[in-house]
Amino acid sequence: MAATDNKELKVREKQELAHPAEQTRPGVIFTPSVDIFETDSEITLLADMPGVLPDNLTIDLRDNTLTLEGDIAAVDADKEELIYTEYATGRYYRQFTLSEVIDQAKIDAQIQDGVLKLSLPKVAKATPRKIAVRAA
Amino acid sequence: MIYRSMYGVPTWKVRSPFYELDRMQRQMDRLLDAFDGQRSGSISAGVFPPINLSEDQENYVVRAELPGIEADKLEIQATGKSLSLSGERKIAEQDNGVRYHRREREGGTFSRVITLPGDIDSEKIDAELANGILTIKIAKAEAAKPKQITVRH
Repeated sequence: MAATDNKELKVREKQELAHPAEQTRPGVIFTPSVDIFETDSEITLLADMPGVLPDNLTIDLRDNTLTLEGDIAAVDADKEELIYTEYATGRYYRQFTLSEVIDQAKIDAQIQDGVLKLSLPKVAKATPRKIAVRAA
Repeated sequence: MIYRSMYGVPTWKVRSPFYELDRMQRQMDRLLDAFDGQRSGSISAGVFPPINLSEDQENYVVRAELPGIEADKLEIQATGKSLSLSGERKIAEQDNGVRYHRREREGGTFSRVITLPGDIDSEKIDAELANGILTIKIAKAEAAKPKQITVRH
């Protein structure tokens, strides 16, 4: 990992959601950058959602569809005047389809420094049962 | 190319071989213009992190989105009118056993200089990192603050 440690970060334009469902609230919607990886026991999702407070984050898992929705806290800048802007702010939204069965009761989510960490433990596979046939 | 003339009789029109290319070029230009229009007002310096700069009577305020960066990994320095911002974003390494579905988050170092539009008081700078958003409040130098002038009568 030594090589990537010194890598310089490049500017990446925030990805605006390409085809949002029709909105009733104004504002831009962005797609957060995510890392998703899995082990034998769980799937972990990390998402960059700067400005999102735990209370403003909705995580919904229904019929294998995981939906992340984050609202950003309003910046207290009433008296400020913008001189220039290089990034826009708005809500975050992203949906994923999960192929594995997730143990809903054990889902754990925490958001720290604007990064969401979501642990989705897989349901323990039903152990195969061998059925012995009795001789009549 | 076959064009229908007014009376419905197909006729051949001779056009420059570059006509089609020209047309495509114009369409591309228009498409790109349309994209530019969407990002109205945004100018990127091409350096990480993108910032938003605003001001009020007393301060300049610089904001940047820096998710997953710890406060002690950030270095902010002020000299004259400029502010330098550098740091590192670390992405935690996972065990070898994991299989990735998505890998979009990036780690690395960054360093940027921001030149402020007016003089600043380098003694009065306050930086806060909360929920992945960095807010730097920089007090304007006395000379740069707007003065209310009373008109005598």
